[in-house]
Amino acid sequence: MSDLEPSEIEPSELEPSAGLSAAAATFSAYAPAPESRSIVSIRDRYGLWIDGESTDAEGGATFASIEPATGDVIARIADASAADVDRAVLAARTAYETTWRDLSPSARGRHLFRIARLIQERAREFAVLESIDGGKPIRESRDVDVPLAAAHFFHHAGWADKLDWAFGGGESPRPLGVAAQIIPWNFPLLMASWKIAPALACGNTVVLKPAETTSLTALLLTEILTEADLPPGVVNIVTGGAATGAALATHRGVDKVAFTGSTEVGRTIRRATAMTGARLTLELGGKSAHVVFDDAPIDQAVEGVVRGIWFNQGHVCCAGSRLLLQESIAEEFLEKLRRRMELLRVGDPLDNNTDIGAVNSEEQLARIRELCAVGVAEGAELVQSGCELPDRGWFFPPSLFTGVDTSSRIAVEEIFGPVLVSMTFRTPEEAIAKANATPYGLAAGVWTANGARILWMAQRLRAGVVWANTYNQFDPTSPFGGMRESGFGREGGRHGLEAYLQFGPPRGGPPRGGPVPGGPLPGSGDRRALR
Amino acid sequence: MIPAIAGTSAVPLDSIRTRPVDGHALEARAVELGTRSIKGPAQAAARDLIIGCMDLTTLEGADTPGRVRGLCGRARHPDPQDPTCPPVAAVCVYPSLVGVAADATSGSTVRVASVAGAFPSGQSDLATRLHDIRGAVADGADEIDIVIDRGAFLSGRYGECYDGIVAAKEACGPAHLKTILEVGELGGYDAVRRASMLAMAAGSDVIKTSTGKIGVSATPGNALCMAEAIRDFGDQTGRAVGLKLAGGIRTAKQATHHLVIVNEVLGPRWLHPDRFRFGASGLLNDVIIQRRFHATGRYARPSDLPVD
Amino acid sequence: MSGLGAPKTYKLYVGGAFIRSESGRVAPVAGPDGTVAARVCEASRKDLRDAVTAARTAQPGWAAATPYLRGQILYRVAEMLDGRQEQFIDELEAGGMQTDDAAAEVEAAVDAWIWWAGWTDKLAQVLGAVNPVAGPFLNVSTPEPTGVVGVVAPADRPLAGLAELLAPVLCGGNTAVVLASELSPFAPLTFGEVLATSDLPAGAANLLVGSTKDLAPWLADHHDVDALEISGVTDEASARDLLVRSAHNLKRVARTDGARTPRTAGEFLEIKTVWHPARL
Repeated sequence: MSDLEPSEIEPSELEPSAGLSAAAATFSAYAPAPESRSIVSIRDRYGLWIDGESTDAEGGATFASIEPATGDVIARIADASAADVDRAVLAARTAYETTWRDLSPSARGRHLFRIARLIQERAREFAVLESIDGGKPIRESRDVDVPLAAAHFFHHAGWADKLDWAFGGGESPRPLGVAAQIIPWNFPLLMASWKIAPALACGNTVVLKPAETTSLTALLLTEILTEADLPPGVVNIVTGGAATGAALATHRGVDKVAFTGSTEVGRTIRRATAMTGARLTLELGGKSAHVVFDDAPIDQAVEGVVRGIWFNQGHVCCAGSRLLLQESIAEEFLEKLRRRMELLRVGDPLDNNTDIGAVNSEEQLARIRELCAVGVAEGAELVQSGCELPDRGWFFPPSLFTGVDTSSRIAVEEIFGPVLVSMTFRTPEEAIAKANATPYGLAAGVWTANGARILWMAQRLRAGVVWANTYNQFDPTSPFGGMRESGFGREGGRHGLEAYLQFGPPRGGPPRGGPVPGGPLPGSGDRRALR
Repeated sequence: MIPAIAGTSAVPLDSIRTRPVDGHALEARAVELGTRSIKGPAQAAARDLIIGCMDLTTLEGADTPGRVRGLCGRARHPDPQDPTCPPVAAVCVYPSLVGVAADATSGSTVRVASVAGAFPSGQSDLATRLHDIRGAVADGADEIDIVIDRGAFLSGRYGECYDGIVAAKEACGPAHLKTILEVGELGGYDAVRRASMLAMAAGSDVIKTSTGKIGVSATPGNALCMAEAIRDFGDQTGRAVGLKLAGGIRTAKQATHHLVIVNEVLGPRWLHPDRFRFGASGLLNDVIIQRRFHATGRYARPSDLPVD
Repeated sequence: MSGLGAPKTYKLYVGGAFIRSESGRVAPVAGPDGTVAARVCEASRKDLRDAVTAARTAQPGWAAATPYLRGQILYRVAEMLDGRQEQFIDELEAGGMQTDDAAAEVEAAVDAWIWWAGWTDKLAQVLGAVNPVAGPFLNVSTPEPTGVVGVVAPADRPLAGLAELLAPVLCGGNTAVVLASELSPFAPLTFGEVLATSDLPAGAANLLVGSTKDLAPWLADHHDVDALEISGVTDEASARDLLVRSAHNLKRVARTDGARTPRTAGEFLEIKTVWHPARL
């Protein structure tokens, strides 16, 4: 805060004010408050998890997992080959046909309730491990990721024996079979729960591939699955990189592919799964608009914008990365935002006071730096917080571009880092036009005190999620997903169940395992299976 | 920058812009600020700040000179076992006991604050309220705590509300004016923000949450709302106004949460008795217990502490 | 030891506490072999009146809890009951059930609590709607709890029958005053201990045992009871009488028999529809 005129009484007239001024300086620096690592025990080596057991990958292949805050190798993880993926899919298929599909729905639900409880029991351990492995601040993994993951299992546990009511009369929902699930590195445990919980609740079995840079919480989850007496093969984890993901997504033995990640890889998967008969949902990138009107609660809107772009280092598909300010309040807002940026603490993910942790990988850091350089070259004005960055690990300061126009590359391309670009608008119509001028359509934020304007904007914003006077709110009951190039399909709530079900009476068709050119598509025959 | 009205620290009421407040987002931010982990030297500093910024308060019908003298002794030496413990910022008493307090605190840095002006209801005519203020100042009060006229505010007579504060500030003479908003009666954060801006526009030196007579009111949400208003007012006028939190703050943990709010919204310059106060009584003992624990490794027995 | 035990008297569960009847009446209850199995406090109409007050006091807080939290609490009820299966089988046997039937009764009760625990955060999606009105409005219908529900539980299924009626009432955010089985009162009143240790707020559920025939009409007459669940009323004349009495304040009256459908919970939910313009 800039120095204002002091009130009538000079501090020096008050004793022992010198001592108190020193105390104020000491207090405001906040001493280090590290969360202990001792609650986790990270093994040197991790295998794949297939059919309820840990197993080496073919040839004993492994890759290194690195701690982003330090650059240190923390473990070696099994690198699944195509043959390993085969094994996993077979285990999932066998478990589906011999155990899981015909288990009573309420028994399925009970397994999921137990998983939810066990995550709650070991919440701190999961949170610390997530922060070490992925770089996000402990405060976020503790207060957001892990509680939401448990809640996701809890919510879907309740759906397992209630599917008949989820869709209205006569629909007869049934599972699809084996679901191939590929998840990103930004919310590793949470994404695993978003995928596994609904799939299992609907009666499917799963082969899941965590992101290459963040395998550890998914692997810790296997301990929970075992303790919850989940039958072997119902969930299988194949760790690995892009090749493992490709092998899994295109495997002819799966009935369903669910991918969360970049739009580029999403397109690849779409092409590769064409006519395989597998149902597909994609949750991809975004360049979400965050709109602030002149009647907004400005101080709270500043916090909302901060949360929208700097939560989780900006590694959020629905990050509010394009700020659209009504011109009449733009200067005031930006001044408050710049002041607020200076309070963000960048540093050790395991420090309880860290607001912004480490960037997940060297590769991602390079991309962020490259795009910022592009922005500067394009003539936009860059403001970065003056915080000191740690000298080890991968870190980037919170950044704000102003003077950006709608055709700038940084206004169009997803940066996936702590970088906000900002523009102005004059009228609601202009706000809509600018907000929608993107091939993406994942989320949008609107700040205004006018309820009718919220609804008018919400109806016109081309985004799957609209947050009004809030941002980055997630709930297991609330469907999440994008429009256009942000993907298709929804996760969470009643609508999220559809991705893992087929409807209507069973029809004839070839057994699972391959497409029939020119013939009926395998599966339900439901038009929605035309993928 | 909006210039003050000549000869006063007030600015015209209609020159000050106030903004709406979103209650959910405000409270979420207040809670988030409470997740700051304050350990080690920061925690020790917090204890000293809490004590050094405290207005040790007694506002009871049963107050006597003896009671007030005892309070002043406690204010000067909060922990008889530890002379390094800083004195509190001020004692806060009823006008009839200001003289006793001034006497009992003379020679120390502890200031005398007095509630005045038909505290706590404010339901009395202006002339009577001003007379009350002048009397307290004449008896030696350094600081005057008044209440805003909630009747005027809640019925939309903002000009009347404003004028009452301007007159009170004038009646204070050299004394500081703290204006109590009684946030628990205002009906929401929009009103708290608007009342804050009005009180500051009228020339208050400090704005204060509550009288402490209607239950808990110095919640983190209210503290954050008022701190944001102070910041906004400073941006518009260049004048720094102080914040006093009173009502329901009983533990060091709660008080530390408030220090975080003040630190992050207003900055470390506000962590000082000339711009920030806790109005409390039981809080002092909780901080002393924490202080003794960190000095000796043992939790004190509350009944061993001096009786206020 | 001499074998001299310390048999407890079964107390009523009202306002989160275990109380004796204000009437002081305690009834000896005969076990299957005809000897006195235990003593049970006999609820009076004043106990019932106090229970309604407790339920009303607890209702706003219970309704304001997030659906997720309510689900967690109902699941905890299941967990706590599950951990005390042996004891409840004994209590049911003392009330005249055969062992196998008692075990099945406990299992069915646990199952019912788990089933309804999973509905708390789904009722709004299944029972609510967004209505496409012919105008520029957002029009949303959401289910809200009706308030305090009086429940007459079945005499013959003291634990599972109670669960199947009480759980859907609590699920939607209502609070309850339950007249539990007077023929087999031990299990229901001990069930109060499960509720008391499950983080269910005091007063959200109140369990009374007494002369159901005498107490149910008081429940039906009470103006601060918003609805009645009469599945436990077996004879038509009594049911008719309760319906007539409920007409005074137009209570919602339902006989759901605990059917496994969200509409069971829906009997105790009011649909509120809100309109908001969606144009500049």
